[in-house]
Amino acid sequence: MSFTAEPGQITAVLGPNGAGKTSTLEVCEGYRAPSSGQVAVLGMNPWAQQALLSRQMGVMLQEGGVSNAARVCDVVRLYCDLYDRGMQPAELLDIVGLTERALSTYRRLSGGEKQRLSLALALASKPQVAFLDEPTSGVDIAGRQRIRQIVRDLAAAGCAVVLATHELDEAEKLADQVIIFNCGTVVANAPLADLRQGHDIIRFTSSPNLNVAELSAMVGALVHSPAPGTFEISSDASRVGPLTTWLADNGHPLIDLQAGQQRLEDIVLRLTGDPS
Amino acid sequence: MKLIRAQLRSELVALSRNGEQLLLTLGIPVLLLTFFSVVDVLPTGTPDPIDFLAPGILALAVMSTAMVALGIGTGFERSYKVLKRLGATPLGRGRLVVAKIASVVVVEAVQFAVLIPVAYALGWHPHQPTWLLALLATVLGTFAFAGIGLSLAGRLRGEINLAAQNGLYLVLLLLGGMVIPFAKLPGALASIAKLLPSGALADLLRDTLTSAGTQPGRSWIVLVMWAVVTPIAAARLFRWE
Repeated sequence: MSFTAEPGQITAVLGPNGAGKTSTLEVCEGYRAPSSGQVAVLGMNPWAQQALLSRQMGVMLQEGGVSNAARVCDVVRLYCDLYDRGMQPAELLDIVGLTERALSTYRRLSGGEKQRLSLALALASKPQVAFLDEPTSGVDIAGRQRIRQIVRDLAAAGCAVVLATHELDEAEKLADQVIIFNCGTVVANAPLADLRQGHDIIRFTSSPNLNVAELSAMVGALVHSPAPGTFEISSDASRVGPLTTWLADNGHPLIDLQAGQQRLEDIVLRLTGDPS
Repeated sequence: MKLIRAQLRSELVALSRNGEQLLLTLGIPVLLLTFFSVVDVLPTGTPDPIDFLAPGILALAVMSTAMVALGIGTGFERSYKVLKRLGATPLGRGRLVVAKIASVVVVEAVQFAVLIPVAYALGWHPHQPTWLLALLATVLGTFAFAGIGLSLAGRLRGEINLAAQNGLYLVLLLLGGMVIPFAKLPGALASIAKLLPSGALADLLRDTLTSAGTQPGRSWIVLVMWAVVTPIAAARLFRWE
């Protein structure tokens, strides 16, 4: 596999569970040596130079990282103290919106607050590169928006943000560049817009017994039925007109019509061939 | 140095906010020392029980801090991935270990600063004490117990580690010559007890502070062995994640 994450951009690493997202991040963070190949983060070998790299790196683990009994203010202070030109604790608490929770212990925080504290620790170094593993998992909708904005601001400040997620929604909302893993290989590595291009789809539900051959001839593109009653046409939205006319003329219902660019979910499924 | 100081501060803040740890490191030793010196029920074999108890309780204090408190704290930090997360900061593993050793030393100093005056107040009269040798025994004991605590913490999962440390604490307390003299243990048990680090440390503190050790020569050898072997075992066994 091979990929590059650019400064000032958010690069999403996507793929099914077990595809190697976390392992890849851990190699980049210097937690484990690559079994083969070469990795450079900010021009350094993370395994051999983790100490040096860590001064400019931000890390958010998939879970944990803080003792249950530790207070928010104490943890934030420690991490701010660990970097020479790091953030000030008060400023950092403000950015992640935990100023009022400063005296709470970690175990008393909500899921969203825990993730924000973990994100704060990743920001403490004013990182040039940040690796965030599932930053919004277990977070409610309002909390997600807040975390996404912090991540966008981080990239806007010039940091190269690498984000592992299996939530496509997340990547869709945040990523500039999308890397899709499957079985330890990169199956796609491109800006999101490029991945979507040329893969528009029309999807609808109708009578299970409609005449697929006739409809295909009428709209001028192959109609595919992945399950009884659901149909897909690999086409842009221009074929919606002939489709609806034909359905109406033949007395078939039209339910749940979707048209236009493929959702990221479809792209991932197409590339990984994994229906899970 | 700045990084070690930051981590040491964090360790001490965590410790001072942990009620169980305070009970273990200060509460229980003070309670045992006071109770059994006032209520003379232990078969100490000395005219005044405090003369037997004071060195034993100092040994217990070292074991509480270096083995149990360090081992339980580190074990939970490992299972909560605190150690893993710190590994990706400029602190690194080496400085983390130094900070933990420093925090043990600070806590032991506080324990001794509390326990020794309490013992004096209860009528303890050290007999020709050689404080420097007592200090050396304490350092060796600290290494031995920290090695045991970290060997367990580095391998066992959080809750199992907690149970193992507490269980071991109780066994070593009873067999350690801390509150019960070796002479009162059945023969075979007494021979084993003298080979344990708890027994060796209690014997040496008793010998260096009151010239009442049973076999100080053998105890020095036993304690040095433990102090060398267990930290090596911990370094080999420890899994950071």
